[in-house]
Amino acid sequence: MKPSPFEYHAPADLDEALDVLARVGPDGGKVLAGGQSLIPLLNMRLAAPAHLVDVNRVAGLDTVEAGPGGVRVGALARHAAVERSLPAAAVQPLLGQALRLVAHPVIRNRGTVVGSLVHADPSAELPAVLALLGGSVRLAHRGGERDVAAAEFFTGPMESDTAPGELAVSAFFPALPPRSGTAFHEVARRHGDYAMAGVAAAVTLDEDLRVTAARVACVSVGPVPMVVDVTAACGGSPVAAGGTGPDWDAAAAAVRDRIEPEDDIHATADYRRHLTGVLAVRALRGAADGAAADGVAAARAAGEGER
Amino acid sequence: MNHPITLTVNGVLREATVPARRLLSDCLRHDLGLTGTHVGCEHGVCGACTVLLDGEPVRSCLMFAVTADGHEITTVEGLAAADGTLSPVQRGFAECHGLQCGFCTPGFLCTVTAFLRENAAPTDEEVVEAISGNLCRCTGYQNIIKAVHRAAEIQAETQGGEAGR
Ligand SMILES: Cc1cc2nc3c(=O)[nH]c(=O)nc-3n(C[C@H](O)[C@H](O)[C@H](O)COP(=O)(O)OP(=O)(O)OC[C@H]3O[C@@H](n4cnc5c(N)ncnc54)[C@H](O)[C@@H]3O)c2cc1C
Ligand code: FES
Ligand code: FES
Repeated sequence: MKPSPFEYHAPADLDEALDVLARVGPDGGKVLAGGQSLIPLLNMRLAAPAHLVDVNRVAGLDTVEAGPGGVRVGALARHAAVERSLPAAAVQPLLGQALRLVAHPVIRNRGTVVGSLVHADPSAELPAVLALLGGSVRLAHRGGERDVAAAEFFTGPMESDTAPGELAVSAFFPALPPRSGTAFHEVARRHGDYAMAGVAAAVTLDEDLRVTAARVACVSVGPVPMVVDVTAACGGSPVAAGGTGPDWDAAAAAVRDRIEPEDDIHATADYRRHLTGVLAVRALRGAADGAAADGVAAARAAGEGER
Repeated sequence: MNHPITLTVNGVLREATVPARRLLSDCLRHDLGLTGTHVGCEHGVCGACTVLLDGEPVRSCLMFAVTADGHEITTVEGLAAADGTLSPVQRGFAECHGLQCGFCTPGFLCTVTAFLRENAAPTDEEVVEAISGNLCRCTGYQNIIKAVHRAAEIQAETQGGEAGR
């Protein structure tokens, strides 16, 4: 089908964009970014906004800035650009790990990271990444801006704390401390589809390779990304070849208890719960291996520094 | 309200006046008469409508023509040389029977053309990932995968003369 008619606005800079949004936002005006979620909704007539504010011509929003504290992604940075950014991968590898699971390469050429956050699909990977890392979204309106932490930003399925007239201008994905690792594992019906279940994990180890922090964020098993802290469940055994290692099964059990999966056409709630447990073990193990390797690299760098 | 737009399509400057809701796919097919771009699902799933926007493959059904104003588009009609000589990707598909009914083919050709530009000698796995967003009801994909490898070979042979760039 075809979208119903709307009034089109194509601001060239941020001020103009915020002016237009202040005018048409309260009237049901919507931002058009990559269009990879919005245009399917318009084509299927599941949405019919009276105004669209196309921000694709707004200068200066396509930035990917990586610093020691984390990665700030501008509103027009496409999935593909963030995925390819080596500085971003060096500071926060979870971004690239997640983006490879988002749709197909061609969709990633247009879709934006920030658009995916605002869209807030509970099956989407990037909201889980932002929630796991404790990141934030910066929202601008005419005359001001505010930062909203991930924990408050995702308010429900396809609902984020973005007011009419606001433009999400960037999102911040914090770096993790030294000796940390991350991983993202999911199962989808078909490669590139939204996942039936998926788990992002971040693990930090101490010098003896014991877990000091372990968290997961799960997709498709609740109204928003479900973040579970499993540090206590992991126990005190170090990540070491030969040893018993942290108790990943106990961690997975804690995750299964916390999530709220539902039945749908793709999978039953029980199956999603089972999958999430299996994926949690995989993701935690992968993240812990990454953290151990990160520790070795850090120790080597420190050793070389002393010499 | 209608909007005047200018697109460079296959190297030719084209003008059209379109309502804002005109999808790029429909603009190419109906306003500009370029029916090589096919439309299957109109929600981004099948990949038949894939064209190159400033050289990068995108879904033309998930973009408004007004957003493309001022940009460069390559459609399947623009892949062959001006004298009709098929491009390496088109030859690969022809030689390896990479198509049956041909409905999906324009999308595959555009996707693969951009892919081989980035990765001139891909592995099987990389090929499968690259075409994972394009559906084909006929071929079972095996010959499409062969065609992509064959296209890479042809591309390497024909570019052999210009090596060293
Ligand atoms: C076939 C297909 C498969 C997909 N598979 C996946 C998948 O597996 N995982 C996944 O995560 N995503 C998937 N997607 C969605 C894709 O990642 C989208 O790119 C993303 O969800 C939205 O980004 P966008 O820039 O395209 O936003 P748009 O479609 O332009 O906008 C989406 C919504 O967010 C609002 N919005 C966007 N940007 C802003 C902003 N800066 N400020 C305020 N509001 C804004 C819009 O008003 C709209 O309501 C898929 C899409 C398709 C077509
Ligand atoms: S018609 Fe565009 S992806 Fe199917
Ligand atoms: S050749 Fe018929 S759909 Fe691909």
